[in-house]
Amino acid sequence: MGWAQLGRTAANFLTLVACMTDADASPFDQQVASHRDYLLRFARLQLRNETWAEDAVSETLLAALSKPLSFANRSQLKTWLVGILKHKIIDALRHHGREVCVGSGTDDEQEDPLESIAFKADGHFGESPAEWGNPEQDLSSRQFFEILEACASKLPASQGRLFLMREWLELSSEEICKELDLTATNLYVQLHRARLRLRECLELNWFAHPRAT
Amino acid sequence: MMSSYPFKRTCKEVSALLIAREDRELPLQERVALRLHLAMCQACPRFERQVLTMRNAMKQWRQYANDPGDER
Repeated sequence: MGWAQLGRTAANFLTLVACMTDADASPFDQQVASHRDYLLRFARLQLRNETWAEDAVSETLLAALSKPLSFANRSQLKTWLVGILKHKIIDALRHHGREVCVGSGTDDEQEDPLESIAFKADGHFGESPAEWGNPEQDLSSRQFFEILEACASKLPASQGRLFLMREWLELSSEEICKELDLTATNLYVQLHRARLRLRECLELNWFAHPRAT
Repeated sequence: MMSSYPFKRTCKEVSALLIAREDRELPLQERVALRLHLAMCQACPRFERQVLTMRNAMKQWRQYANDPGDER
């Protein structure tokens, strides 16, 4: 090892020590780790399995730590981490394949949620659907997102996974069928139920209730 | 009945189509039937607006989830 190289090594070491002792600029790994809970929330919502969710988040953090990048702010870092998480989650869904839709059709033998809407015998609405209005402002409030996530997490597990694959992972129906080796008919039945249940839950918990904002 | 009124659908059938439209492209005949029904029904356009509001809500949520801003 030449003197020049030794000098560089020493300089790197000093830089590292400086970073570790600089309280304001927290090291990259601490910044990454601070987003763990946030990532876990979405992993749980999408995977509906504690072990799968923990694993997906751990893999996300490891992947992030193995290629440190610098970001202008916390928000950018978070967005980057969410992007990695989505890939890890798609891997997990693919890996668990059949289990993802276990119970499709069996854990939900109850009637079609369409039956809980009061239709008359001739198929017309018994009572006209409520006017939800067009609450643009409302729909981007944090309180609304909390209700929305609570409603999504109350869906039967396989319905919730498929619904979020469409709405969070933004996969097409064809992609979902391919990834999970699912028939289109089965997928559409599950999504139909998921969407109607979500509609009902939002109506009960958000649109029908006056709320303090 | 289906042969004499190929485009006639009940509100219940229309509700199912409005939900299905979120996940797949409807066949031409269903699209026509849907449009004709919505044009003359009082209740179904309301259901359609609910579905569209949900679509918009999911979009907002997705943006919030993907790019949550600082310290959320």
